[in-house]
Amino acid sequence: MATAVLSPASAPRQERSRQRLLLINSPAGAISDHKISDLPRLLAPGDLLVLNDAATLPASLRARTENGDLLELRLAQRNADGFLAVALGSGDWRRPTEERGAPPPLRRGARLEILQPKRNRAAALTATVIGTDPDHIPPRLLALRFDHSAGDLMQALYAAGRPIQYAYLNRPLELWDVQNVFASRPWAFESPSAAGGLSWEVLGELRRRGVALSSVTHAAGISSTGSPFLDRRLPFAEEYEVPEATILKIDAARSRRGRILAVGTTVVRALESAASSGALRAGRGRAEIVVGSDYPLRVVDAVLSGMHEPRTSHFRLLEAFAPSALLERATTLAAELGYHQHEFGDACLVFRTG
Amino acid sequence: MHLENQAALITGASRGLGAALTRQLGARGVRVAALARHHEPLAEVVAQVRQAGGQAHALVGDIADKTATYRIAGSAAELVGSVDILIHNASTLGPTPLKLLLDTECEDLSEVLEVNLVGPFRLSKAVAGSMALREKGVIVHVSSDAAVQAYPRWGAYSVSKAASDHLARLLAAELGEHGVRVFSVDPGEMDTEMHAAAIPDADRASLSSPDQVAARIVDMLVHVEDIANGARLEATQWPPLS
Repeated sequence: MATAVLSPASAPRQERSRQRLLLINSPAGAISDHKISDLPRLLAPGDLLVLNDAATLPASLRARTENGDLLELRLAQRNADGFLAVALGSGDWRRPTEERGAPPPLRRGARLEILQPKRNRAAALTATVIGTDPDHIPPRLLALRFDHSAGDLMQALYAAGRPIQYAYLNRPLELWDVQNVFASRPWAFESPSAAGGLSWEVLGELRRRGVALSSVTHAAGISSTGSPFLDRRLPFAEEYEVPEATILKIDAARSRRGRILAVGTTVVRALESAASSGALRAGRGRAEIVVGSDYPLRVVDAVLSGMHEPRTSHFRLLEAFAPSALLERATTLAAELGYHQHEFGDACLVFRTG
Repeated sequence: MHLENQAALITGASRGLGAALTRQLGARGVRVAALARHHEPLAEVVAQVRQAGGQAHALVGDIADKTATYRIAGSAAELVGSVDILIHNASTLGPTPLKLLLDTECEDLSEVLEVNLVGPFRLSKAVAGSMALREKGVIVHVSSDAAVQAYPRWGAYSVSKAASDHLARLLAAELGEHGVRVFSVDPGEMDTEMHAAAIPDADRASLSSPDQVAARIVDMLVHVEDIANGARLEATQWPPLS
């Protein structure tokens, strides 16, 4: 089969309602072309839409080593001591991540000065390298501890950081370009972009039609590390929280034969991780599961996602919902229809059940 | 509304009514993210809450700065959890002594609107979507009788407060179906630095204390289910005669 080529959306989203939506119904093998504003009439009263309410962090930091070398840090995971970060060398956001230069060599104990955005002046933030990955010389994956109290750290990160940027865009991203309209706690390192086309116009109409809304918080991770070796390890383990209220809504939806729709692959990972031991449990956890064609989905009946090309990790997750032949046919059709891919592109809604 | 364990974001929290609200909500078991432009007076208010056994965190920022919006909203949610109570208390009179409209610089009107109207709009935009998703939340706009009375020389401030009242009504009209409640409250004349800047020769004995007014606003929050969504309340008339 010829590989479909989806062109990237080259500008941040201006109007959410313009997003196109490809409906892929796996049991029927049917594909149809819609707009995101059609979503309410594509769903049924009693269905439940689960959204990732993580706000997106300014996870890209400019830093300077003790030798004066410059690098970009992309925060990729939060843990008890600090953050795991990917280090990138020469080049800026206009250069694709995989073409960026190697980062300067850093060892455990090295000190990094975080710089103000767009300038080489120090921000009021420093970090210590407390671990490095053994697979790269120089290391590309760093464990960092920031020299700040927890309460002040977030404010300092916001002051110094910018959203992670994408080379395919025609302008740099601001923080407001990467927030969903219901975002709350800043857990995501890159935007949970599947909900990027959802406005309160559409969410309100969903509720008025009897579709319930609910949330999880999931620390959506980074999409690219600059290293093919590290990229194969993506997604890294991601922190999530499923509130008790969401469990109750899922139970209520099931009892009225409603379907559970995950908005974004992060929500699939959160809900299926929370159910990985059998029963769905509320609370926090780390999503480490890899969802693919052979994954036995326990919770989610459909996923609303961006457009993805075959052989990407997101496409493989969609294969848990529909056979790859149907997904490839859908991708080819989407390319013919002029659908766009990537963070600000169009969307697909894949039902694994009728 | 049961206040204990709720999360609040209060702007203009370093002095006057904002500081009193921070202390009183902190004392009622609310986790408070307290925002102000200057760290030191804010840190003192936060320390008072903590000494009394409450939870409060200082957030330094200016709501008139568009680029600070998501820093404020995100930091607050990180510190206290998804915000349940948002109180738009920060406000500016513009240059004092207050001037007649024809003597007011256009830039001064714009600045007053940024602090008193556009900034709160941006912050609500960043915070209220999460409330709507969770079908839970209260937004309070601190108003003034200048919002409804046309006092000469109060032009820029008056216009901003009238628009702020209507912003509250519109938010209520749009978010009511999602379980979010919005009201504005005229605190009445209080003995604050801001009042002294506006009316330097006022008889301070005739003014309410910020603590008295804060107690009434806290009581409004407790009884928010009984308040018509979008209502404009007067602190001096609270509690209402039943």
